[in-house]
Amino acid sequence: MSAADVPLWAALPAALLLICGGLLTLVGSLGLLRLDSFFARIHAPTMGGTLGAGCVLLASMLVSTALAQRPVIHELLITLFILITAPVTTMLLMRAAILRSKE
Amino acid sequence: MKRPPVVPLLPVVLLIVWLLLNDSLSLGHVLLGVAFALFVSAAVRRLRPLPALPHRIHVAIGLCWRVFLDIVRSNIGVGRVILGAAQRQPTIGFLKIPLDLRDPHGLAMLSIIVTGTPGTVWSGHDPTTNVLTLHVLDLQDEDAWIHTIKDRYERPLMEIFE
Repeated sequence: MSAADVPLWAALPAALLLICGGLLTLVGSLGLLRLDSFFARIHAPTMGGTLGAGCVLLASMLVSTALAQRPVIHELLITLFILITAPVTTMLLMRAAILRSKE
Repeated sequence: MKRPPVVPLLPVVLLIVWLLLNDSLSLGHVLLGVAFALFVSAAVRRLRPLPALPHRIHVAIGLCWRVFLDIVRSNIGVGRVILGAAQRQPTIGFLKIPLDLRDPHGLAMLSIIVTGTPGTVWSGHDPTTNVLTLHVLDLQDEDAWIHTIKDRYERPLMEIFE
């Protein structure tokens, strides 16, 4: 099994999705550099965590479905777990920042 | 009025997760998954006695779709703000939104939706007054945000969980 085995109908959209996901995550990380306050910066990495990760996982589903020649969708689990865990850490950071700014 | 059918969320989700993890729909895995789901649900009931019982699944599917669209839209919005940050820093701000939703599972879902969407972070909830504090990256129109949270997310969540 090599990269050449991936049929074109899966390889093209997967490559496009990977580029999109990479760009979104890059812009999100760039936000950490360009935004000036903590409360603004906290919003930036969410981009990579939602749509960025989503694009990469969708690309992974496409390629593994094409290679296995049956629907492979267990990447959905990663999406589910990212979606339910990432907000928890964000909220934790937010609450900590609010408490500190009150001091 | 006939009460809509109630689905116990935890066992159903556990079964789906089990089947996805094993990447198989064979009878053995379905049976094992059902046993596993029932056992874990029974064990968790001791820790969290209040089960999540959503009804109106079609509302939930509609809500998921809307949340997906909003995530895509706000990714683009936040991306714009970041790329334009050299010219203009965004006007960040806290927003107080009075909620009507009381169900703890509904509130948990709302917090995940709000925080999972780039540009907004759930930053506090007062259980006595039921007021949500929301942090918004680019606060231009306060009423629009209140309207979005209340009509788009809170109303369907109340229909699902209450």
